[in-house]
Amino acid sequence: MQLEVAEKLTVKQAKPKASSAPRRKLDIHFGDRVFYYILKASAWGVVGLLLLMVGLLLDMSWPAFVEFGPKFLINPEWNPWTGEFGALSFVYGTVVSSLIAVALALPVSVGVALFLNELAPTWLARPVGFFVEMLAAIPSIVYGMWGLFVLAPFLRNYLQPFLHETLGFLPLFQGPMLGYGMLAAGIILAVMITPTIASISREVFKAIPLGYREAALGLGATRWEMLKIAVLKTGASGIIGATILGLGRALGETMAVTLVIGNKAHISASLFDTAQTMASVLANEYAEADSDLQLAALTAVGLTLFIVSLFINSIARYVVWQVDKKYAGMGR
Amino acid sequence: MTSSTGPILTVENLNAYFGDFHAVKGVNLEVQRNEVVSLIGPSGCGKSTFIRCLNRLHEEVPSANCEGRVLIEGQNIYAENADPVVVRRKVGMVFQKPNPFPGLSIFENVALGLKLAGITKKSVVTEIVEWSLRKSALWDEVKDSLSSPGLSLSGGQQQRLCLARTLAVKPPVILMDEPTSALDPISTAKIEELVMELKQEVTVVIVTHNMQQASRISDKTAFFLMGELMEFDETSALFTNPKNLKTEQYITGRFG
Repeated sequence: MQLEVAEKLTVKQAKPKASSAPRRKLDIHFGDRVFYYILKASAWGVVGLLLLMVGLLLDMSWPAFVEFGPKFLINPEWNPWTGEFGALSFVYGTVVSSLIAVALALPVSVGVALFLNELAPTWLARPVGFFVEMLAAIPSIVYGMWGLFVLAPFLRNYLQPFLHETLGFLPLFQGPMLGYGMLAAGIILAVMITPTIASISREVFKAIPLGYREAALGLGATRWEMLKIAVLKTGASGIIGATILGLGRALGETMAVTLVIGNKAHISASLFDTAQTMASVLANEYAEADSDLQLAALTAVGLTLFIVSLFINSIARYVVWQVDKKYAGMGR
Repeated sequence: MTSSTGPILTVENLNAYFGDFHAVKGVNLEVQRNEVVSLIGPSGCGKSTFIRCLNRLHEEVPSANCEGRVLIEGQNIYAENADPVVVRRKVGMVFQKPNPFPGLSIFENVALGLKLAGITKKSVVTEIVEWSLRKSALWDEVKDSLSSPGLSLSGGQQQRLCLARTLAVKPPVILMDEPTSALDPISTAKIEELVMELKQEVTVVIVTHNMQQASRISDKTAFFLMGELMEFDETSALFTNPKNLKTEQYITGRFG
């Protein structure tokens, strides 16, 4: 945080000089000039690549937009036999499974980060922290297989009957108990994004000056009150940032979700039911698309995924920005 | 138990450690009510560790511990059944670096200790916040901006806000750990003035690197060296006529 503030300050101060002084230095040293252009090319290259990809997606999906128009985005029907294609059920599947994942992973991750940083002794915090981060190194296909062979039977035999009995009056927990489906996908995603949210939250908590914790304790705060005042509140924007990165991973995750979500294009109120996400329909159907129109529609789904991710990230950035503004000057 | 005539703070054979390192060695000290006591000594002499033992903050550092007796108003804060949370409400602390809580307004910063102590009645809280800000000479500067962030204030104002935050819970003893070392001379003078006014109501133990400061504001001064209390006396006596050779060498600038 201090670093960020410092950066902002330096950037502000450096601006008026930027046009004259550094230029002259570059002109003198040939090596500097070469280096400058290499860096500049790299930076613009990335932007160019992004634009190229968007252009390609637009070009390939154009026939689908011509055929279905904006209705493509609000039509839940997806039927390769009748040639009717709409993306809504996939958008729904992606958003809902990711939201389940964040809802489950956020409290656990923040809890893990708090425990490892603030409460656990070093001899415990190091190995446990290492194992939590190792969760991120497991290939997603392995998560998918674990979901299919371990998680789904567990859900079918234990968790779903339990939820149905206790909360069955909610439409969320009604319908056939298959094990695989929306709930399984959400839980798998939650496990996959936990290390991301936990390790970034840990870094955020580490960056909070010790002074705030001591000030809270010195005022007569209990340990929990101190964590709330000095750590969670102070680190709020960082926790939101960590959540966005986790959410980003959940939105785009393909393989593990494809294996456990049931892959049926429909919108069901029940979390027990099967579903389909934007990423999983691409993985399932791209290789065996029957018609050019289906191929175009699939590419349009890809473009939609891209836009949805961009949209959610923008909202989240905005939230972080707002929180940062409120907490401006921290660590001064 | 509680007498208003005896010493408010009695330290008996206090030893503090960081792991194997013996930071404070067998210190005995008595502080009377409404006194300002300065602790001076070179860096690393254990004076900060010493005052952090007086509100049980020292033990929050991993591997740190301490032993001995510290009596506040006659009660041992290291007794078996003593709750550090309760101790810290009786012994307030102002730190070296001003540290108002980010995300809390000026008002909320001052009211936080009251909230933690379970005092929530709005009229009472408002009254105490105003009293604390007046006591710390900040009221006139912030009365129209109580809802702006505590961190929007200048460094000197922030430190006075921290003082107000500490005063709000009305602790009989306030510890200050080099409270002016991060401030400019004008802000420093304001804090010093406040300390001298506050001693009507509280007892202040202040760690300082600045010997002029110690002689300006304190009734008694303690000189620490290598974890030991070398000399403790009336401030005027200690600075004009030190009994210990080390004290004399230190205050005349021959080391430290």
